[in-house]
Amino acid sequence: MENLVQTALNNVNMWAIMPSIILVCFAMGLLLINAFLPRGATKPAMWISLIGLAVTAFSVISGWGSPQYGFSDAVALDNFATFFNVTFLIAAAMTILMSDDYIRREGYPIGEYYPLILFTTAGAMWMASGTDMMTIFLGLEVMSISLYVLAGFFRGDVRSNEAGLKYFLLGAFSTGFLLYGIALIYGVTGSTRLSEIGVFLNAHPSLLSNPMTLAGIMLLSIGFLFKIAAAPFHMWTPDVYEGAPTPITAFMSAGPKAAAFAAFLRIMEYCFFSLKPEWTAVLWALAVLTMIIGNVIAISQTNVKRMLAYSSIAHAGYALVGMVAANEIGYSAILFYMLAYTFMNIGAFAILVLAGKKGEENLTLEGLSGFGYKRPLLGVAFTICLFSLMGIPPTAGFAGKFYIFAGAVKAGYIWLAIIGVLNSAVSLYYYLRVMVYMYFREAEEDYSWVKVPVSVVVSIVIALVGIFYLGIIPGAVMDLARLAIF
Amino acid sequence: MLDNYLPIFTLILIAVCFAIGSTVFSGLIGQKKPSEVKLAPYECGMPLVGTARERFSVKFYIIAMLFIVFDIEVVFMYPWAVMFKRLGMFGFVEMGVFILILLVGYIYVWKKGALEWE
Repeated sequence: MENLVQTALNNVNMWAIMPSIILVCFAMGLLLINAFLPRGATKPAMWISLIGLAVTAFSVISGWGSPQYGFSDAVALDNFATFFNVTFLIAAAMTILMSDDYIRREGYPIGEYYPLILFTTAGAMWMASGTDMMTIFLGLEVMSISLYVLAGFFRGDVRSNEAGLKYFLLGAFSTGFLLYGIALIYGVTGSTRLSEIGVFLNAHPSLLSNPMTLAGIMLLSIGFLFKIAAAPFHMWTPDVYEGAPTPITAFMSAGPKAAAFAAFLRIMEYCFFSLKPEWTAVLWALAVLTMIIGNVIAISQTNVKRMLAYSSIAHAGYALVGMVAANEIGYSAILFYMLAYTFMNIGAFAILVLAGKKGEENLTLEGLSGFGYKRPLLGVAFTICLFSLMGIPPTAGFAGKFYIFAGAVKAGYIWLAIIGVLNSAVSLYYYLRVMVYMYFREAEEDYSWVKVPVSVVVSIVIALVGIFYLGIIPGAVMDLARLAIF
Repeated sequence: MLDNYLPIFTLILIAVCFAIGSTVFSGLIGQKKPSEVKLAPYECGMPLVGTARERFSVKFYIIAMLFIVFDIEVVFMYPWAVMFKRLGMFGFVEMGVFILILLVGYIYVWKKGALEWE
């Protein structure tokens, strides 16, 4: 007993969680400040949260190349976590930049919005750096609970309420699956530490075909596949993405999705490497299903937000291809793709924020009629984001898909790569249709466009810089991603 | 291994039989003199006030949630207190941080007026 306590105390390493400590301190300080500010004063909260993200980013980036392990190996702030943490922080910063004017316009200038985003980001960071089932679960809960609140943030709006409640109920349900999976795996191996589970399973091959192990892996996977919105666990995505406030939809589709990928990747690689042929075969089918469902259903959508929700399902499918490949280039391509997707998707949503007026009446395709003429620069920016989502060179989306499919081909999954490319071709239709409405339809005469605030423009500029940087010189970031995987 | 569960199964069996048996027998043997008051649903032994399917003010839920949050705080302190000597200074500081976090929540809740009933 005495020894156990001593070992536990000696293994604490605060540096391993330093970035999230900083972020959470900022978030809590912000909560307190909000309580004392008058209602409607959200500008200071925005600035403080941005400063918090910047300080955290500094702390994260300075840890690159010098991994920190803490809490008896329950937390690892390695390059893998660092790469994902940077992705989350960029996603959070871009979301916050596009939010302030939007929540004011929609009539909910409530300061708690910003600390909630920071808490979500902190949860995502724990998921990416967790090397113990419990740490990952804790991060998932912190992230999800803040997101449930954010999805239902417009409490007077029926659709936002629906989004919040639906996300909460289904999310809680999927968390149950995940936890049951963790419990079964713990029952088989006697550990929640990822590396110990892997070593134990590898040393006891008879356990690999044990129904309890398989059921555990299945339940665990369901939990994560729900969070990354892979088919057939994608049903919640369209409703939640459509109902949630637009910046939150943007954030949800980038940050938390990347976090779920990070944890899923780490668990599969650390714990179940002995079963790799089996789980890649399952993910092969799911990746194909996800790509097809996402792309095909997106075609019939008339609401742009809903269309982007289905497109986000399809993009989860592309990223899953990288997991099926399960080689160096496939894994690093997932990291690259999540970063690229953060830029292009949040960029597209930032422009949607400016395209909609109060109550989000005109987020339909019709509502975008003539957008390209009334707002020429925004039209061009939207076009670039959509081109990147399609995967047209020289954008980030192209480079990401290129690496993903290269990984699949290298691992021998030629057909999977072909299906992926065909799916990209399908996606051209619904992305291009948005442009058709933007440029080839007349705008309504008496249309009141919202004014363009500077902060949203900054967010869009970050997106465009990211898209072109990752698109034109992808090698630099791809090298970092290669250093980041295990 | 299943042998260990035999007493539990026996207990469950006896409990179920007793519950069913006593309900059935009192229904068969007992005298019945129904009146309006006797047939009414049981509500704390008081006369009925209204229907049970009313909407409750959200204030009750807030109070309940706050109770849970601060109740859990105390629950966490028990194991800590047991291990206090072994954890030493580190444990003391950690618990201080924990209480500080809850204090932030408390100040927030207070300032937001969640503790006021009216």
